[in-house]
Amino acid sequence: MDKTLDLKYTYTEKKDTRSGFGDGLLEAGRKNPNVVGLCADLIGSLKMGAFQKEFPDRFFQVGIAEANMIGLAAGMTIGGKIPFTGTFANFSTGRVYDQIRQSVAYSDKNVKICASHAGLTLGEDGATHQILEDVGMMKMLPHMTVINPCDYNQTKAATMAIAEHEGPVYLRFGRPSWPIFTPADQKFEIGKAWHMIDGTDVTIFATGHLVWEAVVAEAMLRAEGISAEVINIHTIKPLDEAAIIASVKKTGCAVSAEEHQLNGGLGDSIAQTLIRNNPAPLEYVGVNDSFGESGTPTELLEKYGLNAENIVKAAKKAIARK
Amino acid sequence: MEKQPLAQLTKISSQVRRDILRMVHAVQSGHPGASLGCTEFFVALYFNQMKHDSSFNMDGIGEDLFFLSNGHISPVWYSVLARSGYFSVEELKTFRKLNSRLQGHPATEEHLPGVRIASGSLGQGLSAALGAAQVKKLNQDDSFVYVLMGDGEQQEGQVWEAAMYGAHYGVDNLIATIDFNRQQIDGPTKDVMDLKDLKAKWEAFGWEVIETVEGNDMEAVLAGLEKAKSLAGKGKPVLNLLHTEMGYGVDFMVGTHKWHGIAPSDEQLANALGQLEETLGDY
Repeated sequence: MDKTLDLKYTYTEKKDTRSGFGDGLLEAGRKNPNVVGLCADLIGSLKMGAFQKEFPDRFFQVGIAEANMIGLAAGMTIGGKIPFTGTFANFSTGRVYDQIRQSVAYSDKNVKICASHAGLTLGEDGATHQILEDVGMMKMLPHMTVINPCDYNQTKAATMAIAEHEGPVYLRFGRPSWPIFTPADQKFEIGKAWHMIDGTDVTIFATGHLVWEAVVAEAMLRAEGISAEVINIHTIKPLDEAAIIASVKKTGCAVSAEEHQLNGGLGDSIAQTLIRNNPAPLEYVGVNDSFGESGTPTELLEKYGLNAENIVKAAKKAIARK
Repeated sequence: MEKQPLAQLTKISSQVRRDILRMVHAVQSGHPGASLGCTEFFVALYFNQMKHDSSFNMDGIGEDLFFLSNGHISPVWYSVLARSGYFSVEELKTFRKLNSRLQGHPATEEHLPGVRIASGSLGQGLSAALGAAQVKKLNQDDSFVYVLMGDGEQQEGQVWEAAMYGAHYGVDNLIATIDFNRQQIDGPTKDVMDLKDLKAKWEAFGWEVIETVEGNDMEAVLAGLEKAKSLAGKGKPVLNLLHTEMGYGVDFMVGTHKWHGIAPSDEQLANALGQLEETLGDY
């Protein structure tokens, strides 16, 4: 990253979003005695250890048995508990899709499916674990809310917010140490897009880790005289359609940026919204129908075209199509 | 619900079997075989064994809970729920029809009283029941949680994940039953995928296992459930291997997998109903 960039949001510290989840879960547990935790042999990776230590009676180690974990969580809602399940995003979705579909979504159970190590930034473990299809799978399910926060603070706030939301939620976060650029005291409103930077030439809709890349891209574009609006779509479903339409009416074109397959991701949801309400050029930044591979998060984002430079290119392309 | 005596339970069973056959016949779809085979079990639970309130609330605090994992035998459950006051007996007419609360497989989407979770895709019910049972412990609620599974369903891997979990946590307020009729869609279980020694398997997983050898004899079913309750609260979950005959109560349906998922014709229905006394009035 160019150190001379004039960023609208900056950071002094980096931390993993999964730690935001762990700290948020602990707070939610202190606030509400009905919050319970379940984990499939990944307590350390999911940062659920503090919750387990403080509330041992409300924490259930289920072993390497994710299907059972989802069923248990659905059953635990009967009697008033608010279960938070924790495992990697791959094992939180694809491995247990039928269990989530029948026992959680169709049964409309108040289960919070909390998924770490999502996307390419999982890094060295490679494609078996780098799920890039989870958002698509989860957003297709009726009753399901899908949230992908961008940094430690937003993940912590989102974790606390979903404890107070009635209904099934998929909360997606990740492994890498990432800039903390949003405020610690933020209020997290499910389903409400966060308008982070005003602009007039193009809108960048970003989710998860790529919100930071969008913030960097905005500064790069501004240095070239292009005014970009940045909107943080932390809630992919329900999608804040009003915010999307209003912004694109102003800017006339858009870029979507996500750590996910293009098929079925945030970009698809935005495209649906635009095509029905306000057709405009849209360029996608995401993984184009391929699996990932081993590497460092930064290397992978570069190789698969998911970093700030790619957002800049996509923004210019979208503007040219106006 | 007051405890009904044996003679009344037998009468109710006859009516429930008529309901099952008429429901399945009316839409020419559904699963009569194991519904008929499990009739004594359902009647014993809802009219004698369980502490439950037909005004129904989802959390069921202070009540015994029942989960049906093998959701395809919904006809027997719907009949028993209606006959015990969860909804009108008339509503059985809507089974599997458009805009009904009585879906082909049990669901909560339409808010049918008595159903707490959807089932149909097999293997999931024991997990949910274990979760609900652990919450009863957290809530210091000393009621029981019951769950019924199919024997063919034992081929699903999730069942064994849940079996391991139940023993690990000593979920001893849970009584699971397996409808051990030795049949599944494609034929006898021993030909499709042999279950071998189910009793030994569950014991090896750390469960207290009992066998109810006469699963279509009301006295034996009651005795089995009483025994299961007497073994609860001792640190192990309890499994009741309920030997039943698929299609029990109708001579041409009994003991074969052929009636797993097909409906009787007009003629077959008349023949079957002729074998079952109308004790409580058809809907």
